[in-house]
Amino acid sequence: MKTIHVSTTINGDPAEFICTPDETLLDVLRNRLGLTGAKEGCGTGDCGACSVTVNGRLVCSCLVLGAEAQDAEISTIEGMADADTLHPLQRAFIEHAALQCGICTPGILVAAKALLEKNPDPSDEELRYWLAGNLCRCTGYDKIIRAVQAAAAEMRGA
Amino acid sequence: MQYVAAKTADEAVALLAGHSGMARVLAGGTDLLVQLKSGMVEPDLVVDIKRIPGMKDITPEAGGFRIGAAVSGAELGEHAGVCALWPGVVEGFNLIGSTQVQGRATMAGNLCNASPAGDAVPSLVAADAIARIHGPNGSRDCPIGDIPAGPGRTTLAKGEIVTSIFLPARPARASDAYLRFIPRTEMDIAVASAGVSLVLAADGAVASARVALGAVAPTVLLAEEAARVIVGTKLDDDTLARMAAACSAICKPITDKRGTIEFRTKTAGVMAKRAARIAYDRAGAKT
Amino acid sequence: MALDSYQKRTFKQVGTRPNRPDGVDKVTGRAMYGADATAPGMLHAKVLRSPHAHARIVSIDTAAAEALPGVKAVVTAADFGVPEDAFLRDVQDHCMAREKALYDGHAVAAVAATTLAAAKAALKLIKVQYEVLPHVTDADEAMKPGAPVVQAGRAYENVPAGMSENVTHHCEFGHGDLDAGFAKADHIIERHFKTAATHQGYIEPNACLASVTSDGKAELWVCTQGQFFYRTLCAAILGMEASQLRVTASEIGGGFGGKTMVYMEPVALALSRKAGRPVKLVLTRDEVFRATGPTVSSSMDVKIGMTKDGRITAGQAVLRYSGGAFPNTTVDMGAQAAFAAYDLDAVRTFGWNVMTNRPKESAYRAPGAPLSIYGVESVVDELCQHFGLDPLKVRLLNAATEGTKSSYGPTFPAIGLKATLEAALAHPHYSAPLGTNQGRGVSCGFWFNFGGNTCVSLSVNTDGTVGVTEGNPDIGGSRASISLMAAEELGIPYEKIRTIVADTSSLGYNDVTDGSRVTFAVGLATIKAARDAIRKMCSRAAKIWGIDEEAVEWVDGAAVPAGPNAGKFPPMTLAEIAAVSAETGGPISGHYEVNADGAGVSFGVHLCDIEVDPETGASKVLRYTVFQDAGKAVHPSYVEGQMQGGAVQGIGWALNEEYIYGADGKLQNPGFLDYRIPVSSDLPMIDTVILEIPNPGHPYGVRGVGETGIVPPLAATANAVSRAVGVRMTELPMSPPKLLKALEAKG
Repeated sequence: MKTIHVSTTINGDPAEFICTPDETLLDVLRNRLGLTGAKEGCGTGDCGACSVTVNGRLVCSCLVLGAEAQDAEISTIEGMADADTLHPLQRAFIEHAALQCGICTPGILVAAKALLEKNPDPSDEELRYWLAGNLCRCTGYDKIIRAVQAAAAEMRGA
Repeated sequence: MQYVAAKTADEAVALLAGHSGMARVLAGGTDLLVQLKSGMVEPDLVVDIKRIPGMKDITPEAGGFRIGAAVSGAELGEHAGVCALWPGVVEGFNLIGSTQVQGRATMAGNLCNASPAGDAVPSLVAADAIARIHGPNGSRDCPIGDIPAGPGRTTLAKGEIVTSIFLPARPARASDAYLRFIPRTEMDIAVASAGVSLVLAADGAVASARVALGAVAPTVLLAEEAARVIVGTKLDDDTLARMAAACSAICKPITDKRGTIEFRTKTAGVMAKRAARIAYDRAGAKT
Repeated sequence: MALDSYQKRTFKQVGTRPNRPDGVDKVTGRAMYGADATAPGMLHAKVLRSPHAHARIVSIDTAAAEALPGVKAVVTAADFGVPEDAFLRDVQDHCMAREKALYDGHAVAAVAATTLAAAKAALKLIKVQYEVLPHVTDADEAMKPGAPVVQAGRAYENVPAGMSENVTHHCEFGHGDLDAGFAKADHIIERHFKTAATHQGYIEPNACLASVTSDGKAELWVCTQGQFFYRTLCAAILGMEASQLRVTASEIGGGFGGKTMVYMEPVALALSRKAGRPVKLVLTRDEVFRATGPTVSSSMDVKIGMTKDGRITAGQAVLRYSGGAFPNTTVDMGAQAAFAAYDLDAVRTFGWNVMTNRPKESAYRAPGAPLSIYGVESVVDELCQHFGLDPLKVRLLNAATEGTKSSYGPTFPAIGLKATLEAALAHPHYSAPLGTNQGRGVSCGFWFNFGGNTCVSLSVNTDGTVGVTEGNPDIGGSRASISLMAAEELGIPYEKIRTIVADTSSLGYNDVTDGSRVTFAVGLATIKAARDAIRKMCSRAAKIWGIDEEAVEWVDGAAVPAGPNAGKFPPMTLAEIAAVSAETGGPISGHYEVNADGAGVSFGVHLCDIEVDPETGASKVLRYTVFQDAGKAVHPSYVEGQMQGGAVQGIGWALNEEYIYGADGKLQNPGFLDYRIPVSSDLPMIDTVILEIPNPGHPYGVRGVGETGIVPPLAATANAVSRAVGVRMTELPMSPPKLLKALEAKG
């Protein structure tokens, strides 16, 4: 299969890669760019572990072709912290024990950040529906909801 | 597999019409990429239509709106004008998949994927929406309900693509609603669903209505008798019960892993009467 | 008193909630899971799987696949030996079908190639000739005479003659005179229950990276709950010496028992050996559902007698479990656990295992117990309804306590059931009003908890910090708990400790992370390793001070003379002793090895409020509270997390999760779209109440907490639904079509 050359921006930095036409953005991030923070839990858009944003929109990177990333702005979990300063959501997840195994955590953090940028003060219900596409099998979601709300409150206060 | 991001609708049509192997249109990709992953389809050509000018536009037209084929659920949900005029269409579309899927999924894609359970389609049929189709012989308009031909099949000819969907203007006191039944609160495929669009008369009674049912037949059903039942009424409980029964009466569902014939038949009626009530209240709230 | 038995103490650090040591890695995407590793020259592997539920493999032709450019190795069962040990043979046969494909998705061949695309293409070129055989996927059907035989000649000696060959195991537990017990009852209820197989549903698909070199050395990077057990199995299957195979546990993206068993790791090693290159094998979600996990399905008959004042006079349960195409004994645990919550004069449980054409069962959080306890707790609830009695008070009246002869034999030491029930009774949740179409369900739950083989090495660094090396993958915060216990015992701050999970070449054998054993057993070994190090540090201080080492004791992180007669020396801290260790005898470390006993059983009580939509049969969980005895909650946040996570898995099991098989014997829902685990919008907050009734068998009183939480929700949810709609639900999951049908039948 003939490869395609793609120029894009990832976490604010210019990035170039080649990929085959059928390669997903998730495959590209993980296998070609070494960004393994996005996880493949299903490959069919049902679990949200591969969540990233493309041009500010939250998407499953397993449902985007790598070729579609041409000229796009992509943000992944690897770009969430500001150097060694964690994002308030990242800190809240650690402090509220909102992760057990941690495999869903990158996707949930990316998704929660996208929500708070749109709605800084979501209700629990809005938050639960927003995150419905991010499966977590360990926590029962309780501490995840609390952590996001704690981070949201902190971000509103800041 | 070859990937081409078409720059014009003509280029997309020419590529699709001129291709001898299997070709697929890529809009949001939320169905296509799942099919690629499973090996269900192995196209030789994928034509991305998102970079065609106009495909991501929502444009006021004749009191209604023209919605480009690549407009995502998230984008439509943020459009105040469409949400006010056709809330049922927006809510049906916005029920598809997760927030992540909403970042990509398109109504035209949901329509052309031709699943009997597609959440965007019943409301579009109830809305009497019109798809604009571009093909080798130019453009044509087609009622939404005429596009699905059966599970996974459409009436589109080779080389034809949907470029936009037109939602018409509405009288002042009119609205719509969509409900589906799923076992969880999110992330499931509809087991039975209903879109209801209605217009109120001056006295608050239903002046006209369109009811469409999903996931209970190979394609979306237009429930004309159910619509007749509610016209002239104010949706009292007895009317709604008769409407639900009229919906159930035309269901021809299958039993599968998601639901039984009996369950789908019953819940299609329940969804329809509840959606009618919501649409009625929405219309009544308008002045 | 044994050294490791419980001693009351005031904790300084245990019971606090510090940040977990692996937190930053896990919130920044840096943590390395099974699929995240690569190796130079790495190949990608794919597995070819049977499309048939049951078929004889007549022939496999791999020539065309081998000839495809990029393909470096193809393996089938012919590349493996035939182990003599039946257990090992089953493990291997499950990884790669030999003679027969026993279920839809059973591996029949595998390919390693330079790209995933080439590996996929090669699979299509492998020609397998199958002779399709009749299949059976339902346990009751499989027990019938004349049912298709999944495997012949596999029944254990305890199975009576004349049964279907699919029946492989029988067990019986209990005591007392059942007939006399039932004769004393004012009312007897007997019900039949059925539950579908469910999957652990971990979000990380199984993944490994295997590298075998021509000199026979091998490395395996894998997401596993037990690197040592994986080494044992892989080395035996591959004919390798344990010392030559180093298994490193990656970070693990959930397991819940499902990653206690190899599925494709021996295949990856075989491919690597054949290709002479590293091989990465990552399962797809479809493969995870079709060929890993799941848990057993059940068909059960439960009969209980009760007096009108709520005393249970006799209880009996017949359990028929099916764990797929291989023999297993999970039903033993179900049969033992069924009535464990009750102090009974007459109780008997009978268990049967039956083979079906489904994947080989793996452990799933308290394996076997949620099912039998669902049956028992449902019948107890129905008896309470019959007599108009309070379900919590009836459970209190019959509750097992210290000195109770348990339904499975042993006499209970101090246990927390009554305290847990009393906490539930006093909780505001229990007295909160309910609305129309709403019901409140109650259930007890029980799990044995295990200890097992454990060893820990603790090194005191010269800068006064401490490294703890343990051998159990951290599946939910255990590094934090272990560090807390080391800090507590040593008397130094939590932040001074770093706990790591060792590979199989760096530490002695550790049993898998299962049986809720890690905080208990690894904690115990850590405390003892710390005490070992403390003894050595006291000895060094004694040497420096020139006094007997018996005259030195450890107080608040420092060696001090034991009493005025020992001499007058200022305390010498851990850091001070460590700094001069080179002059006092060299490095200081502590070790402990144990096959830990005394894990201490754990009980829980759950309260569940549900509203049912009577027109659709949809159930919504409105409120949920978990009460559980943790012995001592070392890190309460992660204890709560276990209770919440277990409850939600159980709610999923009760309401929507199930393996759905078609008439063709194929799994219909091998994906997260139709295998419906709970999503965040399905649930309320899960409230938790931790009880601390110390386990006499642990220095700090710790009991395992990981598994008990999944036991009560099946019945708590079913009892809530049954009370909400006035129909007794006896089949799980209570999916809307089933519930609506039951509602319509009631009229």
